[in-house]
Amino acid sequence: MDLTLTPQEIAFRDELRSWLATSIPPGWQAEYLRGSMQDRFASLRRWQKTVFDAGWAGIAWPREHGGRGATLMEQAIFTEEMARAGAPPLANTLGLSLIGPTIIEFGTDAQKRRFLRNILSADEIWCQGFSEPNAGSDLANVRTRADRSDDHFLVNGQKVWISYGWAADWCALMTRSDPASQKHSGLTYLLVDMKSSGVEVRPLRQMTGESEFTEVFFHDVKVPAGNVLGREGNGWRVGLGTLAHERATLGVLFQVQMRRELDRVITIWRDMADRGESPVDPALARQKLAQAYIENEVVRLTHLRALSRLMRQGSPGPEGSILKIAWSEANQRLQASVQELLGQYGQLAEGSDAAPDHGHFAYAYLRARANTIEAGTSEIQRNIVGQHVLGLPKSY
Amino acid sequence: MNFELSDTQQAIKDAARDFFSKELRSADVRRLIETETAFDADLWRKCADLGYTGMIFPEEYGGVGLGFVEMAATLEEMGRALLPGPFVSTVLLAGSTLSRAGAQVKQAYLAPICRGGARATVAVLERSASWRRDAIAMDAAETRNGYELTGEKLFVSDAAVADVIIVAARSGGARDLVLLVVPSDASGMRITSAPGVDLTRRLYRVSFDRVHVPGEQLVARGADAESALDHALDVTALGLSAEMVGGMQHLLDHTVAYTKTRSQFGRPIGSFQAVQHRCVDMLALVEGSRSATYYAAWALGERNPDAGIAVSVAKAYASDAFREVGNMAIQAQGGMGFTWENDTHLYFRRARGSELACGDATFHRDRIGRALLRP
Repeated sequence: MDLTLTPQEIAFRDELRSWLATSIPPGWQAEYLRGSMQDRFASLRRWQKTVFDAGWAGIAWPREHGGRGATLMEQAIFTEEMARAGAPPLANTLGLSLIGPTIIEFGTDAQKRRFLRNILSADEIWCQGFSEPNAGSDLANVRTRADRSDDHFLVNGQKVWISYGWAADWCALMTRSDPASQKHSGLTYLLVDMKSSGVEVRPLRQMTGESEFTEVFFHDVKVPAGNVLGREGNGWRVGLGTLAHERATLGVLFQVQMRRELDRVITIWRDMADRGESPVDPALARQKLAQAYIENEVVRLTHLRALSRLMRQGSPGPEGSILKIAWSEANQRLQASVQELLGQYGQLAEGSDAAPDHGHFAYAYLRARANTIEAGTSEIQRNIVGQHVLGLPKSY
Repeated sequence: MNFELSDTQQAIKDAARDFFSKELRSADVRRLIETETAFDADLWRKCADLGYTGMIFPEEYGGVGLGFVEMAATLEEMGRALLPGPFVSTVLLAGSTLSRAGAQVKQAYLAPICRGGARATVAVLERSASWRRDAIAMDAAETRNGYELTGEKLFVSDAAVADVIIVAARSGGARDLVLLVVPSDASGMRITSAPGVDLTRRLYRVSFDRVHVPGEQLVARGADAESALDHALDVTALGLSAEMVGGMQHLLDHTVAYTKTRSQFGRPIGSFQAVQHRCVDMLALVEGSRSATYYAAWALGERNPDAGIAVSVAKAYASDAFREVGNMAIQAQGGMGFTWENDTHLYFRRARGSELACGDATFHRDRIGRALLRP
């Protein structure tokens, strides 16, 4: 066991640090918070282009596809350093962390040439079309049809909870290509141009008031047969790859974000206490802040253990499987503690001049509620871990 | 960066598991908890022969000179087997305190511990039952050639099998902290049993009526004593965390095996999500505790500036986790889990004892909170 960074990891970190020191647009956050959702996204897209031009986008991807062939540990360092420097997030989240890696694993050479570079540069934004009104946790119940005729598929159906559907140029779409099939067989993973005729995107307003999510309707949408990722009928296997990437990579990002929020609330609470305006007793504040810190450390360290195992074995161990449950539930507890520590002020939303950090914490409290649902509910995660890690009998 | 045990560290852990699975079966634990002190002299000798009693101490005092990661790996296996008796009191708490003494005191008291010839403990708590250093108030009056102890220490672990008790007291006008080695047969010292929930580790009240301690039995005084005690409490809290990880792992393995075979409504109860999800929560608590514990072990070995906080993270998390894992293990086994014959309650009891030793979760969160709020 040796938790010091290797000389190679230190060199990587230092190079990144010095680039970040001169490249982050000064004052981007204030401008960002003022803009509309579309304006914000456009600025993140510009930032990703800057990152791409400097060679820092998709660093874990193989060199031949525009990456740096970075190790998983370097990828974790990258995420941590970006957060530490207060850099904006990258716009094409789903393309970078889920869909790009799936294309690298399953795509043809032509698909790799066509799509990967534009994912890195954010020239093409991607969304993921998996969930449907009747295929949520039971994802294999997908009904969106893809009927083969000659050199193309005709797609009909409805997808829901599509993040960035309003911004996306392309969609990674799970379809049923064999109408007689059931469950996991007969599914096909299609790469669909969102500008195709018959694609209709409707905003889906969520409890935060925003419309990050969309519903996407497909009416006789023609998708070329060359846009099947993997083999026709093998969509479940390809999609599982995507989900594994999703669960493995989102954790470190959330942990670092949570740590930054904790640091920020420590500063705000201390200022309130110094002014004699703290709504909670210092002894209680210490308990709540410490518990949030402990839970964050446990997620951070468990993630490092999972990465070490993944680098050696190529597959995650039991410690990795619990991370999605751990960070999502920890974030809900963190946001609840933040609300208690800020007292009346915690509830103040954007637009109130007394709101700490322009109402960020009121928003974060509401937004955290989705964490135990998105990317697989906590219940589904527990089923997976119970059956695949602990070897318990299937419940359904 | 590599967060996995090295081959050597893994071999040490495997050897410990192998040893305790042969030498300390459930029946042995049950035999020991029926004795007065839960101490097994034969097993102690075997542990000493394997180097466990001198594991983390230098070779010049008969130790093996291993690091804290190796210690944590060994303690995890001791915790899994529920090793009864004074190992933690002697080796971790007293040994680490003595390791900060001068060469003479180390030769006199640490070397016998390393070689397996002596057992010891440290008396810290008083009526306030607080692990904060400033709660130590017992008087050690200065005499012509040493100190004279008067007062009472509570919750002293394994005092009845200790050859020496290291006493934390206050002395002089500045009320300096002093750590004094007192032989268990010292005149004026009385040891009274204070039976607790944990049957594997016994607690005692130790009272002192003008107990004379010669000056050469001083371990440390003032700032040196404070740093020695802080160090010993950190090492012990780390060891307890590692033990708790092993105890939790046992409960998880046992519970999962039970729910796979116990059948109700015509199916194994492990196929019901209400049971499955509880088992997954147990796994999450075990793995989280393990992550925090091994990081703390590494940080302490590297003398990282945040090592003390890392120990507090591990101790706070594992203390809460072990109690909760015990709760869930009993619940999953239903009535069987509540019987005397089932070993689960022995771990459930241990969880309570280990949680309280060297500061519970609230104590360690307070320490972390103070560090976070430091300007």
